[in-house]
Amino acid sequence: MSARTAPSAPAATHAAALRSRRNRLLLLVGVGFVALSVTRVVSGEGVLTASGTINAMVWLTLPVALAGLGGLVCERAGVVNIGLEGMMMLGVWGAGFAGWRWGPVAALIAALIGGALGGLLHALATVTFGVDHIVSGVAINLLAAGAVRFLSEITFLPATGGGPTQSPPLSGSIPTFDIPVLASGPDLLGKVESTGLPVVGDLAGILRGLLVGITPFELLGVAMFPLTAYLLWRTALGLRLRSAGENPWAAESLGVDVVRMKYLAVVWGGALAGLGGLFLVMFTGSYREGMTNGRGYIGLAAMIFGNWRPGGLAAGASLFGYADAVRLRSQNSLAVLALFIFAAIIVIVLGILWLRRGRRLPGAIFIGIGVAFLLGYIGLDSLPNEVTTLTPYIVTLVVLTVSSQNLRMPKADGLVYRKGEGH
Amino acid sequence: MTRFRRVAVTGFLPAVLALLVAVVLLGIVLRILGADPLTSLVALFDFGETPRAQANQMRSWVNGSVPLFLSGLAVSIGFRMGLFNIGVEGQYRIAGLVAAWFAATVALPAFLAIPVTIVVGMATGALYALIPAVLKVSRGVNEVITTIMLNSIVGGLIAYLLRGPFRDPALGDSASGRTAGVREEAWFPGFDNPFGWLGMDTPSRPLGGFLIVAVLVGVIVAVGLSRTRFGFNLRASGSNPEAAATSGVGASRMIVQAMLISGAIAGLVGLPQVLGDDHGYGAESFALGFGFSGIAVALLGRNHPLGIGLAAILFAFLNRSGPSLQNVNVPPSVVLIAQGVIVLSVVIVNEVLRRRLLRMEDRKAAADHPAPPQQGAPSGTAPAGASA
Repeated sequence: MSARTAPSAPAATHAAALRSRRNRLLLLVGVGFVALSVTRVVSGEGVLTASGTINAMVWLTLPVALAGLGGLVCERAGVVNIGLEGMMMLGVWGAGFAGWRWGPVAALIAALIGGALGGLLHALATVTFGVDHIVSGVAINLLAAGAVRFLSEITFLPATGGGPTQSPPLSGSIPTFDIPVLASGPDLLGKVESTGLPVVGDLAGILRGLLVGITPFELLGVAMFPLTAYLLWRTALGLRLRSAGENPWAAESLGVDVVRMKYLAVVWGGALAGLGGLFLVMFTGSYREGMTNGRGYIGLAAMIFGNWRPGGLAAGASLFGYADAVRLRSQNSLAVLALFIFAAIIVIVLGILWLRRGRRLPGAIFIGIGVAFLLGYIGLDSLPNEVTTLTPYIVTLVVLTVSSQNLRMPKADGLVYRKGEGH
Repeated sequence: MTRFRRVAVTGFLPAVLALLVAVVLLGIVLRILGADPLTSLVALFDFGETPRAQANQMRSWVNGSVPLFLSGLAVSIGFRMGLFNIGVEGQYRIAGLVAAWFAATVALPAFLAIPVTIVVGMATGALYALIPAVLKVSRGVNEVITTIMLNSIVGGLIAYLLRGPFRDPALGDSASGRTAGVREEAWFPGFDNPFGWLGMDTPSRPLGGFLIVAVLVGVIVAVGLSRTRFGFNLRASGSNPEAAATSGVGASRMIVQAMLISGAIAGLVGLPQVLGDDHGYGAESFALGFGFSGIAVALLGRNHPLGIGLAAILFAFLNRSGPSLQNVNVPPSVVLIAQGVIVLSVVIVNEVLRRRLLRMEDRKAAADHPAPPQQGAPSGTAPAGASA
């Protein structure tokens, strides 16, 4: 009897752990949503859950999320990729150039190629020549910054509307569509949103923002997440790729071509970062130098926040995208200031959870931070404009500092691998 | 002989080889992009027609290498112990602003004005570098990401300070941000006729005297790294953290100290401009990007103060050639690509040569102490390898 139950016990606890994790996630999403609704009602800042904000959030989340996904693919194969920022720059430039010359589909292809070329260079330096991953990444960022300026000077400078730091506007139009009935025509969600009811109105605004003005490109970008997760965790190729990041020497002994896996991952990751750049160009309508603005690095931060998993990474990236969208869509700093209430609710809830688990010190610290946020909201009339533009960076820093450090990175991440030099 | 070879392989050889590789690569890139590599190369060495123009070019070359050297030095302190202080950019910008504001508002006796302002700049840089150090030590947050976020934050912070508290009260509302002018006793003196002994004309403006400070800091860092206990601990933590920790070098303390020193040196980077040239900090005039080029300079100089000096001189040489390149219709951003290509070639060549050296030593060791035959050491090939 006991012999039969013993082997299944770990499986049962594993399933239970999964279920409890899912419950906790649902709880977190629920608490977050209610907190957001409360914040909107208390502050009266409709922009917080307006469909326009959520629509912008998708555009602003995708660059960060795809850069992070690129980093995830690389690091799962054991290559740290600080060069994502540079790969994104190359993708952005490619999208700007091809989009101006030939239209949106060409922009998509050029963004992928630009990023992949950056990835190829990183793979060459780190995998073939064994250069330190961070050194190579930093060098690629420097090189990419010079390359895009140079390329802009020889291509955009003579064109009307272009200059050494920006491209002429994209040619052709990006096809978009709305989901009928819900978001167009009768526009049911729009009607509910305009009532401004607590919770219901906010939910309608958020849903409508996701269903209105959809482009095939966004769908492609979002589809990369399930696709990458499937390839990495459900296929033989993914298993080999991850084995190169966990224990390349063991993988090698089992006949996995580790070098090829790493090349594949880094080129693939670079292409994903380039794809992220495409959305920046499409959102703005042209290429501008410096438009990546650290998003490659923020993507890496989102990846760490998400514990090297696509779901967590997407959640982290959405947080940054949301903060960025609120900042862009609001007329003044009041909406950003209203986010203080949101932050306060979340931090206080986390603090209470700590207290209930008997951890007095972290609980008290979290609740203290929450109270500070509330006092900040009450005490400040407005934030300086310069500070609101920093929202995404400050959110990144705070989230990285506050979030759980109980992380597990791939075991051989960042190590230089040489074929046949196993230990 | 082998000693000489080791010095050659670990010392100047990689840099020279990498430069050659970079020049060839650049030539290919330029050719592909439709520019003429030889014209570009010649344009690099164009210092102008008149003696005065040549003296001015020399001045901007020497002046341009000072912030690059200091920035490279700041980055290298972190690199030496495996810390990536990408935040030199933010540290020197905020330090330059605070130092300018301090030197403009606080009245000090003449003999104290300059040293105290320098200390203020260094302290500001160090404090700003302390944030990533504390986050890394206490929360395990990766310093690469925090320093980059802090770089972005500095931009907004400076814009805010220049609109509000640090703004020159005499400025109109629409003017771009600027601090008040630095008090005259804090102006850093320069050399009026620096190239006279080379038989050259005097430049239009004096050569920046901060060169002396830079050299001094370089010497202190070189001695500190190679001759003091702290330097030994720093290098030990960088090359073998476990061994260093086992022998009682606290990793956390080393991280905090290294970041503080790195930030303090970064705090010097903007001072030649603030105290010597502009006598103030202007949002539009203050030169950006030294923090990022400093990373390249440190890599090229292999984290050694002397090498960093040479790398800074090379980069400054390339930087000042932008206008002459434009004269021959080559976009000045070629310089940026050149610097990127050089850095990448350097790190790759370094790595390849290091491996060769290791293999050479292995073979030599195998030849000197032949292994028992059953272990199958390839002793037959060893002499050939050692003499190659």
